[in-house]
Amino acid sequence: MSGFPILTIMLLIPALAAIACLFVPAATARMIALAATLVDFALGILLWANFDIGGAQWQFVEHGPRLGFFAWDLGIDGFALMLIMLSVFLMPICIGASWRSVTNRVPEYMAAFLLTETLMIGTFAAQDLFLFYLFFEAGLIPMYLIIGIWGGVNRIYASYKFFLYTLLGSLLMLIAMLYMVQTAGTSSIPALQTFNFPAHVQTWLWLAFFASFAVKMPMWPVHTWLPDAHVQAPTAGSVILAGVLLKLGGYGFLRFSLPMFPEASGQLTWLIFGLSAVAVIYTSLVALVQSDMKKLIAYSSVAHMAIVTIGLFAFNRQGIEGAMIMMLSHGLVSGALFLCVGVIYDRLHTREISRYGGLAINMPRYALFFLFFTMASIGLPGTSGFVAEFLSLMGTYQVSTWIALLCTTSIILGAAYMLYLYRRIAFGEIKSDEVREMEDLSHRELWLLAPIAAVALWMGVYPESFMAPMRKDVAVLLTRVDRAAPPSDSKPTAGKPAATTPAAAHAAAAHGTTH
Amino acid sequence: MDYAANLAMTLPEVILGVGAIVLMLVAAWGGPASTRAVSWAAVAILAGACVALMGPAGSGGSAFDGLYRADAFAAFAKVLIFVAAAVGILMAPDFFQRTSGDDLRPEYPVLILLSAAGMGMMVSASDLLTLYVGLELQSLSAYVLASFMRRDTRSAEAGLKYFILGALASGILLYGISLVYGFSGTTLFGGIAAAYAGTKSLGLLFGLVFVFAGIAFKISAVPFHMWTPDVYEGAPTPVTAFFASAPKVAAMGLAVRVAVEAMGPATEQWRQIVIFAALASIILGAVAAIGQTNIKRLLAYSSINNVGFALVGLAAGTPEGVAGVLTYMTIYIAMTLGSFLIVLQMRDEAGQPVESIASLSGMSRTRPGLAAALAIFMFSLAGIPPLFGFYAKFAVFDAAVKAGLFPLAVIGIAASTIGAYYYLRVVKTMYFDEPAPAFVKGNSPVEGGLIVLTAAFVSPLGYLAIPLLGGWTMAAARALFPGV
Repeated sequence: MSGFPILTIMLLIPALAAIACLFVPAATARMIALAATLVDFALGILLWANFDIGGAQWQFVEHGPRLGFFAWDLGIDGFALMLIMLSVFLMPICIGASWRSVTNRVPEYMAAFLLTETLMIGTFAAQDLFLFYLFFEAGLIPMYLIIGIWGGVNRIYASYKFFLYTLLGSLLMLIAMLYMVQTAGTSSIPALQTFNFPAHVQTWLWLAFFASFAVKMPMWPVHTWLPDAHVQAPTAGSVILAGVLLKLGGYGFLRFSLPMFPEASGQLTWLIFGLSAVAVIYTSLVALVQSDMKKLIAYSSVAHMAIVTIGLFAFNRQGIEGAMIMMLSHGLVSGALFLCVGVIYDRLHTREISRYGGLAINMPRYALFFLFFTMASIGLPGTSGFVAEFLSLMGTYQVSTWIALLCTTSIILGAAYMLYLYRRIAFGEIKSDEVREMEDLSHRELWLLAPIAAVALWMGVYPESFMAPMRKDVAVLLTRVDRAAPPSDSKPTAGKPAATTPAAAHAAAAHGTTH
Repeated sequence: MDYAANLAMTLPEVILGVGAIVLMLVAAWGGPASTRAVSWAAVAILAGACVALMGPAGSGGSAFDGLYRADAFAAFAKVLIFVAAAVGILMAPDFFQRTSGDDLRPEYPVLILLSAAGMGMMVSASDLLTLYVGLELQSLSAYVLASFMRRDTRSAEAGLKYFILGALASGILLYGISLVYGFSGTTLFGGIAAAYAGTKSLGLLFGLVFVFAGIAFKISAVPFHMWTPDVYEGAPTPVTAFFASAPKVAAMGLAVRVAVEAMGPATEQWRQIVIFAALASIILGAVAAIGQTNIKRLLAYSSINNVGFALVGLAAGTPEGVAGVLTYMTIYIAMTLGSFLIVLQMRDEAGQPVESIASLSGMSRTRPGLAAALAIFMFSLAGIPPLFGFYAKFAVFDAAVKAGLFPLAVIGIAASTIGAYYYLRVVKTMYFDEPAPAFVKGNSPVEGGLIVLTAAFVSPLGYLAIPLLGGWTMAAARALFPGV
């Protein structure tokens, strides 16, 4: 595959398709968008197939021209590969989900989505600090338009909040980047990952990056933009927001904060742990009292993202792998849950939970899928959510038993709010005629949900497929950050094992006396 | 040095001056009928002045015994000024033709030529008196231009306001110049720099403060910005576009040259002033713009806001900082001229100009191309990547960080979020709101072409220009730092 600029092509296809969409009528725009996203998905599969597991850290590397302050350098490691796969997998589903529900200004809508896809892939593939920033920040524009034009009633407030919140965080990161490039003399991400910044500087840089990633993530208490944005965004917008854009924060911690500022990361782990523990408990409780389906899932996203952050900052293999699987799993599952909400929203045009009920009676297929994704979100063994939560919490337990204890409540609380949601929507009696008249999943909707369910199951049953490409990168990261790993709070002391057999005891005693 | 060599170095101003006088005669004899011809001739003269920069006029050297400097810095600024002035001329005919009231008169391009000659002097001045003469030539032409629609009271008011406050600023500047002269014994920049390198007497510092206050008025930096919204709102739109572009570049060029060449040894002293003016402009320009309902007033506050960002580069006081200022101004004039070109297209059914932001409602549906262009300009002014306006901010903040000015960089960039809000508001009005009555389509291919050109420059395509732009601005900046 050397020499074939597959990443650039994956970036160009949706970008060109976006431009093409603007000049054609709605029906053609839909076809162009679907075709472009499917081609990108096919290229993504090709990318994965040709990814040399355990090979070089950076693969498919491209070095383009240098334009003043940034270079067109692309390349991926296992983390980036998985997240790119997630993006290209969800994108055709998003286009499909908006096939009928969006009728207003379709060409612009499709163009905005395709542009988002380009920018997301670019963010994950960029190997130059400022190229990363360009993609990272530019993603705000299409998302702002998607929420603002095709969103719900209160869309304008939500679009502003989304834009300005995330912009403020990112700008502080930009200043930190300027300083880093000036100090290190390079803007190459792989080079910066091995550059040692002085410890006192690291703290400031870490905080600046934290400002950006914490908002993107989103971490408590800067999560408030997310429920608003989710509730107001169109279904496909929510899917992309939850599925991929929220992963930018976690990816940022993984790519920048940890390897570039290991000492600061080690020292500030308490901050991450503290905020995450609060997020898990607080947002789960908030989710429990929501009457709006989308808001409930949005709050559950914040809780799940907190599991990602504790896993990342556990400084061990289980934690980091668990965090990555959590990002992938959450991308699939919460994306699918938003699709599920979208399905019934398209029929009844309300997100109020209390208007529904008894859907298991007249929409059995829908109820089945919804149940599966509910279970995956809770983390039932056999689904992707279980692998993710188990690994993250196990990793955390090794560092902080208290935080692990607090964050494990996410499983219980998660079960509480998700099952409560499911009960109110799918079980019970059908309350009204309009609900009774709702039709079960159409073929199109089936085809949107089934692939996600298949992948979530795959990830739950055989997570090795997804962990293998990342294994070596986790090792590289761990050797880098190991020196700054925070001490564990459990201090196991050697016990006094009871002698199992007299012979063994005798041998030990003999051993002791000879010395 | 013989006289011919001196004239060769000042060729752009000579061309502009002679051209303006000749065109004035043509205008006097030809009357209003000659407007079109005079306009095109003026554009040709500006182009000729640009071409003249390729000769000795742009290659460095001091003319007229140190009164005038023809270096790469001046040449770069002059290209921007002349191009912006040419756009200012090209924008006018259609506007005056469609607006009831005063017709365009041939004096308009002539005044812009005279103003351009003054601006050329401003960026080339290496003596306080050359500086003042250039500044006054530019300002006096500008006062007349502001009230060019004589029957429109708003235009007349704008001209009068501009004149009175401008005269006040000139007075402040002159007072500063007299102090500097009195305490340093010379008006030449080189001599002044030598004086500042020694003990900085109170008089010299007072002089510095007054000179910067006068300049701050010309670039409309806070706290000397009050005239800007009123003048921008009242002046005819093409004139406003001109004010927001060429004279801004000239005044900024002048500020940079005075700061670096004449007062370079006093960098620590003027940096405080510049940092204050930068932050105050960024914050006030952003906050005050939020409440505006008139697009021209909004753009006026936007220009105050942007001057603040450009000053961040000056505060660095390094070659990178100066290059950053020039980069910023280059991209800024493309954005601002583009925005005003779109304001020119805002006309109601009777063909009269409308200026309310509300009238932009739903423009993305009635005029999608125009809306997309304005959205590009707005996002770019807000500094959102991948649009080119991001690079402008990047350049100045990079210089500030390199100079170690972290608090300035952090506060400045955080405040740019406030600015993003009102730019977003324009986008929101165009894209999210229900359509208002559509604007009547214009039929000016010149304006359409200019919109496409500026939008393409500001779009991500602009990044392709970075290697070229970076080289030029750095060469220009180095001209001010002979030792570096």
